[in-house]
Amino acid sequence: MRKSINQINQRIREGNARVVTAEEMPDIVADLGEEGALKEVDVVTTGTFGAMCSSGAFLNFGHAEPPIRMEKIWLNDVEAYGGLAAVDAYIGATQQSTTREEQYGGAHVIEDLVAGKAVEMRAISRGTDCYPRRTITTELLLENLNQAIMCNPRNAYQRYNAAINTTDRTLHTYMGTLLPNCGNISFSGAGLLNPISNDPKLRLIGSGVPIFLCGAPGMVVGEGTQHSPAGGFGTLMVTGDLKKMSQDFLRAATMFGYGVTLYVGLGVPLPVIDTDVVRATAVRDEDITVDLLDYGVPSRNRPVLRKVNYSELRSGSVSLNGEEVRTSSLSSFRRARIVADSLKDWIEKGKMELCLPTQPINPTKQVRPMHETVKGPRVLDIMDRNVVSIGEEEEIKGAARRLLKGETNHLPVINREGRLVGIVTTFDVSKAVANPGKARLVRDIMKKKVITTTPDEAVDNAVRKLEQHNISALPVVDTQNHVVAMLTAIDLGKLFGGRWLK
Amino acid sequence: MKLLVNFSRGKGRKPIIAQVVRDTGVLISVERAVIDSSEGEALIDVPDDQCELVRDTMTKLGANVRILEHGVSLNESECVDCGACISICPREVFSFDPGLKLLLSEERCIICGKCVEACPHHALTVQV
Repeated sequence: MRKSINQINQRIREGNARVVTAEEMPDIVADLGEEGALKEVDVVTTGTFGAMCSSGAFLNFGHAEPPIRMEKIWLNDVEAYGGLAAVDAYIGATQQSTTREEQYGGAHVIEDLVAGKAVEMRAISRGTDCYPRRTITTELLLENLNQAIMCNPRNAYQRYNAAINTTDRTLHTYMGTLLPNCGNISFSGAGLLNPISNDPKLRLIGSGVPIFLCGAPGMVVGEGTQHSPAGGFGTLMVTGDLKKMSQDFLRAATMFGYGVTLYVGLGVPLPVIDTDVVRATAVRDEDITVDLLDYGVPSRNRPVLRKVNYSELRSGSVSLNGEEVRTSSLSSFRRARIVADSLKDWIEKGKMELCLPTQPINPTKQVRPMHETVKGPRVLDIMDRNVVSIGEEEEIKGAARRLLKGETNHLPVINREGRLVGIVTTFDVSKAVANPGKARLVRDIMKKKVITTTPDEAVDNAVRKLEQHNISALPVVDTQNHVVAMLTAIDLGKLFGGRWLK
Repeated sequence: MKLLVNFSRGKGRKPIIAQVVRDTGVLISVERAVIDSSEGEALIDVPDDQCELVRDTMTKLGANVRILEHGVSLNESECVDCGACISICPREVFSFDPGLKLLLSEERCIICGKCVEACPHHALTVQV
């Protein structure tokens, strides 16, 4: 059996379409079987409500008198992109205020507009013969704009990897606060309610398909940026009328220590046209698996600690190496459910009809990393290969001499095998000399916990280590923990005036 | 009842908490404390009916004591029930009700403030 989209729309118009949410669907399919569910259910609604950084809106302000060709534009001190003719702008959600930094940003401007608050617009221009005006400042309400069209390049990630932190300090990331030593797990996503997880082959979701976007009827534009459904990470580009949106489904937020983002409520209704749709919409939380990544490693390729599914993540704790680690979500499942329920209500009341994509989205695409032609500086480009080190069994006096002779402030300490076991600084040696006690050997005063770098590491990563630990030198070690060079604050000076300065 | 105790360690270096326990016989539970060379701050928990006795005794010993009526508070109009606070809190103050609405067990709060910065929606505040 098959149902046509016209049959389904006919039932919607007549007010007797059977609409269920993607949360209700798995049990219905278990009860009635696939054919039974196909007969029974006409539409499955999905929903998600979470941080979607890649969001924003096109605004048209209308012309002033005398007119201005706005080149640089600020809304409540948040810069909006003005490279779009004279009186258009794009306000991006993550752009931060020039005065209030992460406390206020593009997302807040958008929420304030939707909430009916006045927003101060400032713009400047060079002035032209046709647009003589050079500056303008005015207060605007959403209703004063000709158009306010939300257009989000990347929303509704199919799923998202969970985050954990194995380092010994708290991390502030776009995945929220990650406590040290695997203290918590942070995750995001609506699991079985997620739109693309209910249509992973993208048979129903594509260009032109109607959606729920922040409380307003919206539409799928097409694939989102970084769309990567081959690995289970499809995304959507979506649009909708900001003037019809509601604060209930659109919230500005700040990830502490990271920046501003926008919480977006988004749902896609899926017409149940055949048993393939039934099977896809019967997906449960336990069927959707993501990687648990160590955000303690600041790399594109973060280590995977284990696989974990949404059922485990939503249970409140996940076991890792025999210990239970508490989980919490950044996205709101309760609001995702309200999105799916609202969409269900719209369709039951005949307020939204469905359609199939006017253009399909590629379901096999795989995202590629950035093509980098100019590598940033690595530690090996600036490190000092002239290493002055000391053995752990030498006397402190020897260390003092070595420091003087080597004109350095840091001595890596090596054992008999030539491997790094500690570090002593001028401060450590001076302290030992000024307060003579039992300590006689370098071993007795050295710091055993040494922060190191490697020749291949990006200088930016090494600099963060120096800052975080409030130190001024890093031994550069090879894979066998032999010290091959030192990286000090002085070496960083080579970045200026050298070939890295452009 | 929770009391926030501030004391300077400038002169004398009196073991204030120990002395109050000895003098009053009240068992004080120290929930968190930051003490450095010159000053200290401790959040202590004492039985409700003895909290004034403890406050007055500590005040006499030179400490600055404030009774904290409230733990963390939630602004429901800002909260979206994401639950980002749940795993951050060391005392399991936050949980979901069966409908996945955020619940607070304010009495467990030790006012550490970790959740305040972790909340993406600025929905949590503590009195300082």
